Amino acid sequence: MVAWFTFAQIAIALAAGLLCLVLGIAGRKPGDLTMGAMALVFVLLVAQLVTAAIAPGVGNHPKGSLLEFWMYQVAVLVLPLLAMVWALIERGRWSVVVLGVAGLAVAIMLYRMWVIWTAA
Amino acid sequence: MSESKSVTARLSAAMPRLVGTGTLTVLVAVYLVLVMAAVGRSAFQIIDHFSKAPIAISISGVSAVVYLLATAALIIHKGAWYRVAWVTVSIEFAGVIVVGAITTFWPNALGPDSGNAFGDTATVWTVFGQGYWFVPLVLPLAGMLWLRKHPAGIRAKAAR
Repeated sequence: MVAWFTFAQIAIALAAGLLCLVLGIAGRKPGDLTMGAMALVFVLLVAQLVTAAIAPGVGNHPKGSLLEFWMYQVAVLVLPLLAMVWALIERGRWSVVVLGVAGLAVAIMLYRMWVIWTAA
Repeated sequence: MSESKSVTARLSAAMPRLVGTGTLTVLVAVYLVLVMAAVGRSAFQIIDHFSKAPIAISISGVSAVVYLLATAALIIHKGAWYRVAWVTVSIEFAGVIVVGAITTFWPNALGPDSGNAFGDTATVWTVFGQGYWFVPLVLPLAGMLWLRKHPAGIRAKAAR
């Protein structure tokens, strides 16, 4: 994992999560703003997956368990997708809150992935 | 309104529609995150180092099954599943209280390092769910609250 990219991702996921949580509680239905924010989080996660796949090849080796890391990597990728599909099926305010929950979970999981990658 | 022309609206129009699940959506979403956490955590522990703390890791596996069942029961919440929801959510609450207390007051009772909520023998219930911002402690209460407020289930209401 690359430090600046990881922390930029965590910040964006946190911001997107909080935005969706606030807008959802305020009663907004899923729109391009909230869905776009989660789509951005997803696109960054795809980039993160590619990064993690090539990092060991260019001398950036994980210190923790590779198996545990990849379990997180796959799960974290699915999370925003599921939330977005759900928001398309049910276009209500609570779906926006779900997008927010997904964003916060992504941020926490990215941090855990960083800990696994860097700590022995 | 400009919202009717948004990308989200167009995509959504092509999808099946479900309305009125309300707060159950959020409850199930948080449950699904914990299902993922408990299943992922226990699967890794069992594959990677089961022998390090068989008791703690077995509890971790049991918690994964409980969350999975509770989530399924909450989604269906009809007929017998309504009762299954009550039973599994209650087991979940008992689990976080009992395992939480044991791991807090007797940190090594369930195996080495089992009192460390961030260690590799932790369960989602260790130290009352400390590793998950205590969400495991609050979630069963939220589940019970929802079940109490919807005795017949929302689908039964919609059918009338």
